[in-house]
Amino acid sequence: MSALLLFRPTRVVSVSVDGKACELPEGMMLATALASAGVRALRTSPRAGASRGAFCLMGACQECAIHVDGVLRQACMTSVRAGMSVELRGVP
Amino acid sequence: MNLGAGRADIERADVIVIGAGPAGAEAAITAAEGGLRVLVLDEQGAAGGQVWRAPVGGFPGKGDAEAAAGAALRERLSASSARALFAHRVWSVVRETPVDGGGAPGFRVDAVGPEGNLSLRAPHLVVATGAHERVVPFPGWTLPGVIGLAAATILLKSHGLAPGRRVVMAGCGPLLVAVAAGLVGAGVEVLAVADLARRRDWLARLPAVLGRPALAVRGAAWSVRATLSGARLLPAHGVRRAEGRDGVERVVLGPVDASGAARAGAETVFEADALVVGHGLTTACEVTRMLRADHRFSRLQGGWMPQVDEHFETTIPGLFAIGDGAGVRGQQIASLAGRRVGLALGARAVSVRAPRSATADFQAVDRQLARARPFSDAMAGLMAQRAGQVAAIGADTVVCRCEDVTRAEIDAAIDQSAGSIDQLKHLTRCGMGPCQGRYCGDTVQELMAVRLRQPREAVGQWTGRPPLRPVSLGELVGSFSYDDIPIPKPAPL
Repeated sequence: MSALLLFRPTRVVSVSVDGKACELPEGMMLATALASAGVRALRTSPRAGASRGAFCLMGACQECAIHVDGVLRQACMTSVRAGMSVELRGVP
Repeated sequence: MNLGAGRADIERADVIVIGAGPAGAEAAITAAEGGLRVLVLDEQGAAGGQVWRAPVGGFPGKGDAEAAAGAALRERLSASSARALFAHRVWSVVRETPVDGGGAPGFRVDAVGPEGNLSLRAPHLVVATGAHERVVPFPGWTLPGVIGLAAATILLKSHGLAPGRRVVMAGCGPLLVAVAAGLVGAGVEVLAVADLARRRDWLARLPAVLGRPALAVRGAAWSVRATLSGARLLPAHGVRRAEGRDGVERVVLGPVDASGAARAGAETVFEADALVVGHGLTTACEVTRMLRADHRFSRLQGGWMPQVDEHFETTIPGLFAIGDGAGVRGQQIASLAGRRVGLALGARAVSVRAPRSATADFQAVDRQLARARPFSDAMAGLMAQRAGQVAAIGADTVVCRCEDVTRAEIDAAIDQSAGSIDQLKHLTRCGMGPCQGRYCGDTVQELMAVRLRQPREAVGQWTGRPPLRPVSLGELVGSFSYDDIPIPKPAPL
């Protein structure tokens, strides 16, 4: 079940998520855009390998740190851009 | 030396403000009005802090009073001469004392922004870094779909997203009902609202709330809306556990006693796709901690906070702390403290050139602060850490999310040899992950204090170390060519 988007985004763009094409609203923060597309598990914790998703949404907890175009970014503070490549492999 | 994207020159100002929420933005605006050169930094893309967060990503915003207040603050800041640097993450703050005898002592602040690292220097530093959410651990709190209460308000007012379709809410404090009403208003099915507080805990605070009629009316509207929607309101209840494979599928609630500990009684199971949970706020005082200012502990106001005088100056001259990071007291007091600091800084600058008394200005703000405190204290009591709730954390429950450290591992380390909170960190890695202890610190310190039968003051807090936020070396250095690196002459043999 996906999170519920409360407005109609003006434009969607194509983004690669783990190699698969995914249409996401342009300019929206990645964490929210992915959640609205039904992707809540963003990475696994390094020790237990347990699924993790966005938690604090204010840039403090780092649970939503994912690779965007090869660089580790917080999904709650990174906007969706056309053609960006997102990898949900988490903190190395 | 300037390596690629890194900007090596240092930008100077009279005042640096870290955090552009109600406190920091107000301080920056007021100090700039006093004729000072002000630089204000925030890691978010706009001013407003969490309470007045700007809408992002195409969401037009909610258009309510809160949204208007945030927009007004952003307008005033952009009209002011204070220079705002958004999307800049401060990772280092150091005290600098000039070695050559010239110039005044001050602070150097380093922040990573879209164009790489930026170094700033000023004789005055205002820390307005706000608060983090406290979530007291329970089984399943790390599952995707479990988010903080403050996080849910951010989703609703800034992102235009509800965390799920069928939501359970749990925790304590005024945000709980506010978020429930917000979700219901957005068309989300709120299945239950579990409040650690009993009804009489709220009633006991009624006199203070009634001192602020506007807020009392808003509070009443919240609970009515939540009730009408069909959500089950469960006072004196907490989360037993959240369950699911790769995300929340089920939430189990159960009764708690006055201390927040689970007590015997019927559990209620809800099939939900999101759990919104928050147990109050903790101060984000990493900057003052790293600078080794004196701190004090206040359970009612969110834990550890820098000691400040009537000008909000810490025990380090020139270092000020305001807003929820200096004691969780809410937006109104944060805004007033920001104004008070801005006035104090302006008066200080004026007194150097042409002495003038700022007493009347100070007194006016101090009177407003005194009027705002009873309400803030009443709400703080509902949001304070509950000792019984922490004591009741199960042995197998993960306490440190980053490193998956359980209660049992923490207890074992304390029993074996950990005599200080820093030793506990070394032994268990608790607090050593990417969140740097922001989400486990308050809980772990309490667990240790209880186990060692010591007051929280004796256990203390983790030693503050840079970086304040995780930054990669790549971001600091930027791209560079090896040819550009100056190679010093070899030392003479």
